[in-house]
Amino acid sequence: MTTRRDFLRTGGALVVSFGAHALLPRAATAQPATAFTTRPSHIDAGALDAWLAVGADGRVTAYTGKCDFGQGIFTAQVQLVAEELCVPIARVTLIECDTAVTPDQGTTSGSQSTPVNFNTENLALAAATAREALLEMASKRLGVPVARLAVADGTISGPHGARVTYGELVGGRRFELPLRRTAKRKPPSAWTTLGKPVTSLDRVALVTGGFEYVHHVRVPGMLHGRVVRPPDMGATLVGVEASSVRGVPGFVDLVVRESFVGVVARTQYAAMVAAQQLKVRWKPGPALPPRDTFFEFLRRQPSRDQVAVDSTDVDAALGRAGDHVIRARYTYPYQMHGSLGPSCAVADVRADEVTVWSPTQSAYPTRSCIAKLLGIPVETVRVVFKRGSGCYGLNGADAVSFDAAILSQAVRAPVRVQYTRQDEMKWENYGAACAIDLRAVLGADGTIAAWDREAWVAALGSRPGYDRPGNIITGMLLGHEPEPLAIGPAEPPKGKLNNNSNAVPPYVAGCIAGACGGEGTIRSERVVTHTVRSPLFTGPLRSPLRIQNTFANESFMDELCARAGADPVAFRLHHLHDDRIIGVLRAAARAAGWQAGPRRSRAPAGDGVARGRGVACVAYEGHNGYAALIADVDVHVATGVVHPRRYVVANDCGPISNPDGLRNQLEGGLLQGTSRALVEEVTWDERRVTSVDWASYPSLHLDYDVPAIEIVFVTPANVPATGAGETSITLVPAAIGNAVFDATGARLRDVPFTPARVLAALRDAGSTG
Amino acid sequence: MTIRLRVNGTDHTIAVDPDTPLLFVLADDLGLRGPRYGCGVAQCGSCTVMLHGQLVRSCVLPVRHADGADVVTLEGLGTPEAPHPLQQAFIDEGASQCGFCLSGVILTAKAVLDATPDASDAEIRGALGGVLCRCFTHTRMLRAIRRYADGLKRTR
Repeated sequence: MTTRRDFLRTGGALVVSFGAHALLPRAATAQPATAFTTRPSHIDAGALDAWLAVGADGRVTAYTGKCDFGQGIFTAQVQLVAEELCVPIARVTLIECDTAVTPDQGTTSGSQSTPVNFNTENLALAAATAREALLEMASKRLGVPVARLAVADGTISGPHGARVTYGELVGGRRFELPLRRTAKRKPPSAWTTLGKPVTSLDRVALVTGGFEYVHHVRVPGMLHGRVVRPPDMGATLVGVEASSVRGVPGFVDLVVRESFVGVVARTQYAAMVAAQQLKVRWKPGPALPPRDTFFEFLRRQPSRDQVAVDSTDVDAALGRAGDHVIRARYTYPYQMHGSLGPSCAVADVRADEVTVWSPTQSAYPTRSCIAKLLGIPVETVRVVFKRGSGCYGLNGADAVSFDAAILSQAVRAPVRVQYTRQDEMKWENYGAACAIDLRAVLGADGTIAAWDREAWVAALGSRPGYDRPGNIITGMLLGHEPEPLAIGPAEPPKGKLNNNSNAVPPYVAGCIAGACGGEGTIRSERVVTHTVRSPLFTGPLRSPLRIQNTFANESFMDELCARAGADPVAFRLHHLHDDRIIGVLRAAARAAGWQAGPRRSRAPAGDGVARGRGVACVAYEGHNGYAALIADVDVHVATGVVHPRRYVVANDCGPISNPDGLRNQLEGGLLQGTSRALVEEVTWDERRVTSVDWASYPSLHLDYDVPAIEIVFVTPANVPATGAGETSITLVPAAIGNAVFDATGARLRDVPFTPARVLAALRDAGSTG
Repeated sequence: MTIRLRVNGTDHTIAVDPDTPLLFVLADDLGLRGPRYGCGVAQCGSCTVMLHGQLVRSCVLPVRHADGADVVTLEGLGTPEAPHPLQQAFIDEGASQCGFCLSGVILTAKAVLDATPDASDAEIRGALGGVLCRCFTHTRMLRAIRRYADGLKRTR
């Protein structure tokens, strides 16, 4: 048996077999499964050897539980290791998310990779610990105090030409040291690799076509599987006619378990034909609630209630204001991850060991769920991350990994499962639909006196975690339940303010038992969320609930500002005290040349285009990144078409690891946010989802005349690094909506801003003329 | 049925069900990674290849219609060591995120600029109307294509 220790001993073998293939496009494809052992806690994340190894040749191999889907974290982590260990980037090999060899870091999600691995713990602490340990070893070897040693290019040198390389000090051996809490990171002022723009290390392979995605993993003896899903949510299997596919050339087997149905064949084409031809009878699920009254439906459902903050005086404030209470209702639809490449995985289930090549964000949790579904010990399962198409959250990656494992177990051969576009679109866990009601009272001085928020969020399932396979479609079809929704009233808020979903606007004080965790000044505050059972699966989609909540909060702030007759930037600043959100708001306003003054509707220019400017800002998850966006938008008043022309975004994520990667994320977020604000919406009829391809689920294609984008980095000193992949997208719907109001006086309260909705809002505002 | 294909300059003879989409033959029988399955209905461009110099969506083209054809995939334009100038422009502009869309983006851009070397930005965008990038790397991709197009002008 080969253990991780043996991998380390053999040095380069590990790299060639499992790590470098991501960056070596012409190298052999994934290896057939080899013997290995794993235990639930088989990699001690408190040990330096869990994170780093130095080969005899001085190469550094790092192990991370945070993997790259295109967001650039691979390159940034290589920069981090290179920086702390003072070696060139080319001398670092990074192994991502392989349960045989990398520590369990849960899920790569939630803008958490940077805060978790780039501050003073985990990978960053390991690299700092290793540098200190190497310096101490060199001190002993050379007989020179650490203070008189210098380190550069993987070599430690002292006075009089004394020098020793990392390879000579520890090459091929383990450190056998714990992570050292006291190990010092290099300060950003001393960085030479981190903080510099580095082109993504996968880029040459991507652009020249040789990059190996999970879709390209090939294992000897591999068969091709397809799933056959029910026609609608909640449908259960009545029966299958096996005879309907027996004649398909290349057909191998039909796999039926509970309501799970799949086919296996020798070729991808044969599997596709068999899946299409298979006759299956289903008992239909319940009817879906009508779409045109869906948000009213949500408001009537039993709910699990949560109160993020409640100063207990809001009802009194609203009562005193009587008719002067300002109210608005916002809605946000289900939206899709809509990965460009439908999900794919390869599983090789053998008698005593299982290997799954998976695009999952959650290698260890997926491993645990697969063990549960297959009824085998978790120690026998290995999940190896291989990048899929960009996921933006919980797409079909986990479900397809389950599917592949189930089919491979049934046919006793490696099986590759490729979803069709419909498999992906009909059954992924959509971004949640929400109805959000806001109420506020303006004081006589034009300051907001009370803020009241009540929202209904549709939720069903989510990430499966370690033991909830029923949270996604495959697990449910196999008879597992999604996480139950515990209906009931809210507990009073306690502890620190939790604003993970940005339900709480930055303008309130956020006080719980006297401790105020908000970024703002409004003291009379209440934020209530009713989570109700969704008829469709939901799960995290880039900026989950943050984009929905920020759309409502920042649009409503704009409505209040208009009522107060104030300038939208000054009005926001007036209600904020947190330096960092103030910093990005001021920076964006300055860069955009914001002209202070109240917003007002203007007559469209002679070309029938009304032009306006809107602003929005966010303290992402309360403290995980800060951004402000100013959008210049054209509104074609005759057609209702809204077209953003210029975005100025200011972003503060603390010290920046890779400025080029950060820009790429901010730009992509702005345009993805534009698509979501303007066109994206999951649709359904009485029984089933009708968004099943790119005609029925629109997305802005590459012919879209994209707005100009200007980015300002705000970089305060002495703050930790935060996430940055979800800040800019969060602001787009509100900034566009506010710009449309500025241009026309029409208020958009329902995403997406389709031409029909814009025309209706223009009619309401009486400004179509 | 036996199908003959010249792919990126190499001749292949493949025994395959002639109704098999060309994409599956390229990906599964020939091990190419450039063209990828995205939608199966020619809506996104991920599977784009050049066939006799014309852009085709290989996910919907039965391989029988490609018998004897000269096929160029994203890999056929250039190599990691010597990328095609258009590929180099994508590298220089940092124009990728997940990268899954790149066959459609790069080959379509090349085709429009092969036909119309002085194409305007609007014409280039127009040609990319059926190509989707869900990471929304639009800005950098269009900048990369413009960089390449400007290079063409200079070398003419």
